[in-house]
Amino acid sequence: MQWLDAIIQGVLLGGMYAQYALGMALMFGVMRIVNIAHGDVMILLSLIVISLAGVLPLGNIGLIVVIVPIAVLLGWVLQKFILNKVVGADPLPSLIATFGLSIALQNLMLEVWSADTRSLPNSGIASASFEIGGIYLGVLPVLVLMCAVVLTGGLDAVLRYSRFGRGLRAAAADTEAAAMTGVDPKRIYAIATAIAVAILGLAAVFAALRATVSPSDGSAQLIYAFEAVIIGGMGSLWGAFLGAMVLGVAQAIGLRIDPGLGILFGHLVFLAVLATRPEGIMARKK
Amino acid sequence: MSSPILSTHALTGGYGDFQALFGIDLHLDKGEVISLIGANGAGKSTFLKSIFGLLPVAPDMVRFENAPVGGTPAHQMVRKGISMVPEGRRLFTGMSVEENMRVAIDNARMSEAEGPWSRERLFQLFPILKEKRRQPIENLSGGQQQMVAISRALLCQPKVLLCDEISLGLAPKVIREIYAVLPEISAAGTSIVLVEQDVTLAREASDRLYCMLEGRITLSGISQDISREAIASAYFGA
Repeated sequence: MQWLDAIIQGVLLGGMYAQYALGMALMFGVMRIVNIAHGDVMILLSLIVISLAGVLPLGNIGLIVVIVPIAVLLGWVLQKFILNKVVGADPLPSLIATFGLSIALQNLMLEVWSADTRSLPNSGIASASFEIGGIYLGVLPVLVLMCAVVLTGGLDAVLRYSRFGRGLRAAAADTEAAAMTGVDPKRIYAIATAIAVAILGLAAVFAALRATVSPSDGSAQLIYAFEAVIIGGMGSLWGAFLGAMVLGVAQAIGLRIDPGLGILFGHLVFLAVLATRPEGIMARKK
Repeated sequence: MSSPILSTHALTGGYGDFQALFGIDLHLDKGEVISLIGANGAGKSTFLKSIFGLLPVAPDMVRFENAPVGGTPAHQMVRKGISMVPEGRRLFTGMSVEENMRVAIDNARMSEAEGPWSRERLFQLFPILKEKRRQPIENLSGGQQQMVAISRALLCQPKVLLCDEISLGLAPKVIREIYAVLPEISAAGTSIVLVEQDVTLAREASDRLYCMLEGRITLSGISQDISREAIASAYFGA
């Protein structure tokens, strides 16, 4: 029973990681842009949400409605003014540019918000729970997981069946050939990054509800997102979702063995996957 | 004579500091097929890329339908009515035959219903593609991939089609199959620029012929009127 509980809590934790990982799956897995500032952008959005909650009488839903457009704008600006200048066959320029951005963002956040940990005021939802067969489930984690499923399914369908999705996959496969076929790669990449950061906006609200955030937390979220994408397999959104579940369950099981082992267990499983199946669980055949 | 649909005027270009083209003057009339021949490194592909906005050139160096278009990004060139079958096919891996076609349809100058080219028509032209429409592009042979590349370019509904070495690396039988389609493309009103290394093929398939050597045009004229000796000296330099 204790282990079943660990697995279920792990899946719920995986829902949160899936939200971090989805934007990464789109940018790193599909577009092959390495965005080191991924976690920091999420933390920035969290801190903006927390500050907004202090001055505006908005409920949690209201905060999501406000932050997602801000995130879209942030993502579009990020792609238009930074990433489009470094995007190409070589992943190194985007890695260096976003590494710099990550450091700049962390210090900017320290300046504006100080190093204090903050979170959204508890509106009841963060501590609400219900019981099924002797296992207690938090309302918020279940909501997070449901959102992650809907987002993954929706985005996967967009990539598969929409005009935008085909254009993005074409540009990711061969940017120049896509341009020769009438796709404007820069525009389509800007939209894709805007979507990726919009999802981070949603994740930012949930992250600030379920735990505290501080300006230096971004790198941990970045690692979880990277690990989820790589465990699942590059280019597959459901793979990233599955990778996030694997990571969440590994951490939850590690935590039950010893409270200090949780995060280490996640990394060990990641290493095990890299060693035995480096292309990822659901990698598309090349 | 009416004004040409596509022309270049003292076009120079290259990669960064390396100049590969030294003043190319070339014109393509409506409905015409011209071929551009030359040895490896003569600058043929660089020339096509320069026309198509993939390499920087001055606006007046390329004129399309009497307007200066040099340096316009490739995706806007497609909207104007130029498309290209790139060297090495450059299909979108991880996508099916039909998805590759649909990327072109999504971004074409006009819809599949309005334009001369539709998937049905291309499936008639290349029946094997209909059979393989749901297959990932990686599962196709080189010749079949070339058919997809041509279909993709045609589904952009071009007025001018640029073909970069479409015979490269293919078996003679497959090359004949692919070249057999060119008259039908012409008949649909599309003008064609063929870049070729195979001189015989280029001469048979075109109305006029240009020969390039080291970034310059060394010979041009009506394909049937040019002697093999003239081509040989222009091709290799005398």
